[in-house]
Amino acid sequence: MLSILRERLRQGYRTSRFPKEEPRLPQRFRGMPRLAPERCPAGCKACVSACPHGAMVRDDHGLRLDLGRCLFCADCAVCPHGAVEFTNDYRLAATSREDLLLAQEGPRLARALEKRMLALFGRSLKLRQVSAAGCNACEADLNVLGTLVFDLGRFGIQFVASPRHADGIIVTGPVSENMREALLATYEAVPAPKLVIAAGACAIGGGPFRDGTEVHDGVTDLLPVDLFIPGCPPHPYTSLDGLLRLLNRR
Amino acid sequence: MSTTTNCVPLPLASIPQLGYDDYAQAVAGALADGGTLLAVLADPSSTTGRHKLYAVVGGRNRMLSAFGTRVDNRFPSLTPILPQFHLFERELAEQLGVIPEGHPWLKPVRFHRLWHGETDVWGRDPRNHPLVGEMEYFAVTGDEIHEVGVGPVHAGVIEPGHFRFQCFGEQVLHLEISLGYQHRGIEPGLIEAPSMKTMARIETMAGDTTIGHGLAHCRLFEGLAGSEVSARAAAVRSVALELERLANHVGDIGALAGDVGFLPTASFCGRLRGDYLNMTARICGSRFGRGLTRPGGVLFDIDQEMADELLASLDQMTEHTRGAIDLFFNAPSVLGRLERTGRVRREDAVALGLTGVAGRACGLDCDVRRLYPLRSDKKQAVPEILGAQGDVFARALVRRREIEASLAQIKASLVALPSGKTMAPVGRPAADSLIVSLVEGWRGRIAHLGLTGRDGGLRRYKVVDPSFFNWSGLAMALRNEQISDFPLCNKSFNLSYCGFDL
Repeated sequence: MLSILRERLRQGYRTSRFPKEEPRLPQRFRGMPRLAPERCPAGCKACVSACPHGAMVRDDHGLRLDLGRCLFCADCAVCPHGAVEFTNDYRLAATSREDLLLAQEGPRLARALEKRMLALFGRSLKLRQVSAAGCNACEADLNVLGTLVFDLGRFGIQFVASPRHADGIIVTGPVSENMREALLATYEAVPAPKLVIAAGACAIGGGPFRDGTEVHDGVTDLLPVDLFIPGCPPHPYTSLDGLLRLLNRR
Repeated sequence: MSTTTNCVPLPLASIPQLGYDDYAQAVAGALADGGTLLAVLADPSSTTGRHKLYAVVGGRNRMLSAFGTRVDNRFPSLTPILPQFHLFERELAEQLGVIPEGHPWLKPVRFHRLWHGETDVWGRDPRNHPLVGEMEYFAVTGDEIHEVGVGPVHAGVIEPGHFRFQCFGEQVLHLEISLGYQHRGIEPGLIEAPSMKTMARIETMAGDTTIGHGLAHCRLFEGLAGSEVSARAAAVRSVALELERLANHVGDIGALAGDVGFLPTASFCGRLRGDYLNMTARICGSRFGRGLTRPGGVLFDIDQEMADELLASLDQMTEHTRGAIDLFFNAPSVLGRLERTGRVRREDAVALGLTGVAGRACGLDCDVRRLYPLRSDKKQAVPEILGAQGDVFARALVRRREIEASLAQIKASLVALPSGKTMAPVGRPAADSLIVSLVEGWRGRIAHLGLTGRDGGLRRYKVVDPSFFNWSGLAMALRNEQISDFPLCNKSFNLSYCGFDL
């Protein structure tokens, strides 16, 4: 008993003061991209074909980056002119698929739930996580929210074992054909009204497995999604920021 | 038989094509001699119904032996005499529609469409996608026998899979594990030149083993071209590989602590695991090591300032890690739950080809870093870390000792980082060759195999994640255990679903 207390003293208090204090992320962390279309040479569309994941769009609306398709690659080489670069900003989550299309004006971050849903879930949100061919990186970095560092419970948010106890599902992975039915059955088992959260590039649009013969390019076309959390995988603070925005806590 | 070493291409012409009986005898001889079956793969170019088969056996003195033969649509199964073949033969049946006759457990592995041919071994309509989990399950019958089905969706934040327990009261007579829910069809998509897209798939093949699989992939292409990475790139890779091992082993000990209700270690290790991941993020921006390894080297350097920072953090984390883990191993109530729980006998471990932590816990010396180092590897002092009893305790103890070894290795690498560039060009791949790239990931031996064609392009890319062998170990560990000990046993293996399902 004494040795446990002594060890507890040595390990120290480790719960972050988020959201009161901003987290310090490593310098090399690749977060919210910044677009500088003024650097684009006239008529240049090199980025559209250069991104292997189809994240770049250049049309009448100008240059846009699809945060739902972006894998935040370390060797991103879409633009030799410096019109696309990554910042250190971890805040990425958005409310709609369209809001993930990043334009020069800057990001449109997630909005709070509407009044009735907020009254229901604002102070207590129980989520059933469904991994549908997720690679265990998204899963691991959602699971980590339960550790003492993030202490998800203090926000009234909790992952639960049964869909019957849940207010919604949080989906990871590109949705393999072999998980489609189990995913839909889990959604059905959650009592209405319910939320769907897509966490990670795979769940949003298939990620690196997009257009594969064994996957469904994520959950976006299968279920009505209320919150999109980009990243490969999303940083735990990206997920936490998105969840808190949804609950009008940020 | 023809021999090579880790990451050195072997000309296909030098692998003798044996008659099937001679092949079976030769492989059996190599396995009886203490060898381990690393992989069995078919050459897909054979559309005539005479499929070329290659079996690769890891032996002594760094030697990897390749055996070749041809099979028709039916061939005698080797599984009854060589159980290490059991999943490889099921895989061949599922991919090519061939029947290993006399296979005692011929069921689908991943539930996908046929890759070649038109005849489904199980009589399913080849025009439709097979239904996952649709197969005959082993059933025990009797008045007081009951069956417990779990999954595919599990109670925690984890990947999906299906488990069926045949129980007599609390006692588990048999556990059958049926996977395939995570199947993303990765292997066929890898028959392309290395690209950002294939690299992203490799790094998410088993996302908790991004560095392990990334390294196996990069080394495969470097080996095919006869290119070597700089000593500096090799050192950065080694630091990242050991950080991945640390994060996962520390996390696993915390998870075991959680499952036996010993919360101090569960809490401390949960935090420490994250801090090890954050060290990887300091190097490359991603907690899982995404974007660090690339054919030819690494994309990120560790400069002197960063090395010093990492060393300072490591010193403090070493203390905290030891403190958290010592509490766990010094608590009699914990040891009482770990010892003699979930035992796998050594004979079974050998027969099933268990690898990594699970294999070493049964006393099998199976560490790739010791057995099959690269030619360019400096003499690494990876110690022999073995358990004896093959129980949950042994698997925890092996992790504890590997944590110490990894800490020592990272520190040694960081204090003496060799100079040089981090990226070197990779040459053209050798044509008509077989290459075997082995990496000791945190779960165990990762094998990536490539078969190249006349132009050096890949004809077949095969991946064997350590979980491919080790799920069978978990099933054996549950025999005659209480079903209530399943979470503990499962955690002590902590296997990958997507690494198995691919």
